[in-house]
Amino acid sequence: MTASNLTDRLLPPATITALLGALYLIFIGVPADAVQGPVQRIFYVHMAMWLATFSAFGLVGLASLLYLWRRSPRWDNLGRASAELGLLFCSLGLATGCIWARPIWGTWWTWDPRLTLTLILWMIYAAYLLLRALATEPTQGATLAAILGVSGVVDLYLINRAVYWWRGIHPAVIVNREGGSGLNDPLMRVTLLVSMLAFFLLFLWLLRLRLRTARLQDAVDDLRAQLAGV
Amino acid sequence: MFAILWKDLRIELRTKETFAAFLLLGLLTLVVLSFAFDPTSALREAAAPGVLWVAVIFAGTLGMNRSLLREREADCLQGLLLAPVDRGSIYLAKTAGNLLVMAAAQVVLVPIFVFFFNLPLWLTIARLTPVILLGLLGFAAIGTMFAAVSLRTRAREVMLPLLVLPLAAPLIIAGIQASAALMAGNDLSAVAHWLNLLAAFDAVFLVVGWLAFEYVMEE
Repeated sequence: MTASNLTDRLLPPATITALLGALYLIFIGVPADAVQGPVQRIFYVHMAMWLATFSAFGLVGLASLLYLWRRSPRWDNLGRASAELGLLFCSLGLATGCIWARPIWGTWWTWDPRLTLTLILWMIYAAYLLLRALATEPTQGATLAAILGVSGVVDLYLINRAVYWWRGIHPAVIVNREGGSGLNDPLMRVTLLVSMLAFFLLFLWLLRLRLRTARLQDAVDDLRAQLAGV
Repeated sequence: MFAILWKDLRIELRTKETFAAFLLLGLLTLVVLSFAFDPTSALREAAAPGVLWVAVIFAGTLGMNRSLLREREADCLQGLLLAPVDRGSIYLAKTAGNLLVMAAAQVVLVPIFVFFFNLPLWLTIARLTPVILLGLLGFAAIGTMFAAVSLRTRAREVMLPLLVLPLAAPLIIAGIQASAALMAGNDLSAVAHWLNLLAAFDAVFLVVGWLAFEYVMEE
């Protein structure tokens, strides 16, 4: 319990410090990209979103599997919380990607394999949340969503192969995402790391908050059920 | 398992309702999508395999709801679940039933497609059969599982395509790409990687469905 308390106390200041540090590095500290200019600074935020997104969706798969096995509401809450946050970071990742692509690739969107894959992922987890909302009964919704969570992860490899082969036949608009510039300056690498750390901490913090809300909600539901019984 | 399959097939043979619905929906999709492309342009020829698959997928998603909905409407679902068979076997039987109905509808739909798009009949059929069968199997596998899932939700007609279409993305891509390559005159070895992908998809979702059906069907 003390370890958990300590995490709760340390996580918010650590997240905020890291975020401020990342902001400073991105906007002031790091030199502008030689080819792309200041636009490339969005890359540090964009990349950080993906770490959070994939951690979140990975957690959904894991939590779904554990829920089907153990049937503990804890895993279900974890699955739901990560799916929500994963969808949030995925949306932000897509949005920052589009904003970056517009000036650099000259288009908001291309059917590049990675973009396609991400869009499909986004739709799977949007359906996951919708499934929970539309289930006739909460525990059943949890089970059904867990099945979808596992299927999504299982499907990931197949989707990946399909979109790569699909676009592999045609010349891709751009193959190297960094536009061939690379991160030559060591400060660029530091900035990327700090930014990824910051958003990952933000993800963890939000996840903890969301889990606590879910626990409180469960407690309220229990109390209400007890009161209704009396 | 064969008893369930046989029962479903007999109902289908007598009523032909899923078959008819599937066929008409497929036909309608073919026609509507033909409107979307200029009938004289080369674009239409390039779009032909896509149109066929969209028709199959669209009709399939709507038709697949039927096989389990029918049990529920007749209050037979409880009886089916109480029967001393493994839930996985019920799933396999339902999947086989859906596959057979969809395949039967394809027997009519593909010639119509050939007719509308002015393609060589026997050549197209001979070339497309393996791709379509593999695709239908995977689609029946994933569709039957998620039809059972969406049966448990409100707004189930909306839910099924929302669940199935993103997950079936590899199947749709592989089906369209393989069909397009085959119709362009390539032989089967040129699309081996797509066929492998389809087969892998079939295997994965048959196993997932077989394992997960137990959870889906519990009360």
